[in-house]
Amino acid sequence: MELLAYPYMLRALAGALIIGLTAPALGIYLVQRRLSLVGDGIGHVALTGVGVGLLTNTSPELTAVVVAAIGAVGVELIRERGRTSGDLALALLFYGGIAGGVVLVGLSSDKGNSNLMQYLFGSLITMEPRDIAVIGGLATVVLVTMLLLRPALFALCNDEEYARVSGLPVRTLNILLAVTTAMTVTIAMRTVGLLLVSALMVVPVAAAQQVARGFRSTMAAAMLIGLVSAGLGVVVSAEANTAPGATTVLMALVAFLGATIGGMIRRNLRRRHNRPPVTADPPDVVLHG
Amino acid sequence: MSIVEVRHLAAGYDGREILRDVSLSVTAGDVVAILGANGSGKSTLIRTILGLVPTSHGEIQLFGTPQKRFREWERIGYVPQRLGAGSGVPATVGEVVASGRLARRGVLSFPRAADKAAVRDALTAVGLLDRIGDPVATLSGGQQQRTLIARALAGRPDLLVLDEPNAGVDAASQEAFAAALTRFAESGGTIMLVLHELGPLRPLIGRAVVVHDGRIAHEGAPPEPAGHHADPDHDHVHPHADEVKAGICEWAPAEGTKAY
Repeated sequence: MELLAYPYMLRALAGALIIGLTAPALGIYLVQRRLSLVGDGIGHVALTGVGVGLLTNTSPELTAVVVAAIGAVGVELIRERGRTSGDLALALLFYGGIAGGVVLVGLSSDKGNSNLMQYLFGSLITMEPRDIAVIGGLATVVLVTMLLLRPALFALCNDEEYARVSGLPVRTLNILLAVTTAMTVTIAMRTVGLLLVSALMVVPVAAAQQVARGFRSTMAAAMLIGLVSAGLGVVVSAEANTAPGATTVLMALVAFLGATIGGMIRRNLRRRHNRPPVTADPPDVVLHG
Repeated sequence: MSIVEVRHLAAGYDGREILRDVSLSVTAGDVVAILGANGSGKSTLIRTILGLVPTSHGEIQLFGTPQKRFREWERIGYVPQRLGAGSGVPATVGEVVASGRLARRGVLSFPRAADKAAVRDALTAVGLLDRIGDPVATLSGGQQQRTLIARALAGRPDLLVLDEPNAGVDAASQEAFAAALTRFAESGGTIMLVLHELGPLRPLIGRAVVVHDGRIAHEGAPPEPAGHHADPDHDHVHPHADEVKAGICEWAPAEGTKAY
């Protein structure tokens, strides 16, 4: 615990907790829409943004948000238009994104692999106070949007046609969701890295829905699981000298396993509790013999 | 007052025309059943009226306003064929029904006491108030259908549009929502519903519109059960392929009055 006496560790912890809380709040809508992997794809596209930033000497976070947002809106337009060729179009966009990113990062002035790795797998402990401010600001926007618009986004993701007939601004909400996804990917990039971004959006939700009964309770539980996984991930990785991002994701997966087993046991107990006494039913067939 | 006015409507998906030249008029208090075979375009007709399918020709007016400029969506309660594909994220019955209030209360405002009361009233109307906190995934198909009707009723609409509400629904649920629809019609509401067969909703229907091959083949009084269908002991089970013929051909037109 004395590790937390170091300012860089405190910053790492703060960054991890922010993303641990924010990613599932957005991820639940993606899961509800069966777009669990879209965060992963947007992460691939964000890498091109990082490359653009490094190459042009602007903040990679800024260019990543912009490029990821363009990518996310593109995905949304493809999804809205055709349902058949969408899958392939998404694949093209995603691989184009990561290939472009690798090439652009390679072209930038410091050609070290470390630069690329830092974005692919996260680099919590190199965070500056300024990074925390950027992450905190973006996360606040995402969180407020997700919580404030929960009824509308729930209706949209639950039944898009019904939302349309209710007169909801479906296209605006879809684009809002796409842009906030891009923002979440960008803030998660520094903690878990672009390759594991989607895990923090999806795994806490998957864990929460094993035990929760409603959408609101699933959201609250997922945010809690994300927060605890991120906190534990940083502390455990510091003690065990492992990669913090990957450790965080493993913590969330442990929560998922625990919730799944816990949920199964609870359902079994309830079933046993509700089952009428066996003797009440006469057997259908009586064998004589 | 004209609630829905459709003139020379043609519509379809991806350049394939499903509706050709449909005209239809629904006035306040009407209860109109839209009948027809699978693929006749009956669902497409209501989906086009609601703006879910693009129009290629003709015009649609909702409550006297051209559909493209129509904004009073809180006046319409839509009941789709089924709950959106279960995504795995749990939602309670109360949460789903609360979506029905969004058109009235707007995207940015928080639910008020009136919204919560409307959700409870709507669930009472379909007999599911005791399930308000249960995940919808634990309900039977018929109860899920009743949840969707409650969602539409929660918005206190003037017009209810239902897409095959009794497809694959148990008898208890059919009775429950026939009762809910009857109450809605008695209070002056207008109903358009796509049906495969009239079933327990028969007494409610004031007018039947039969869609065939993208056109309206017949419009008038709802068909009375005829032949062996009229036998009180007939339990009305037949293979799916025959249902359509039974609906269209075995008619004995009767008075076009509402029986409730």
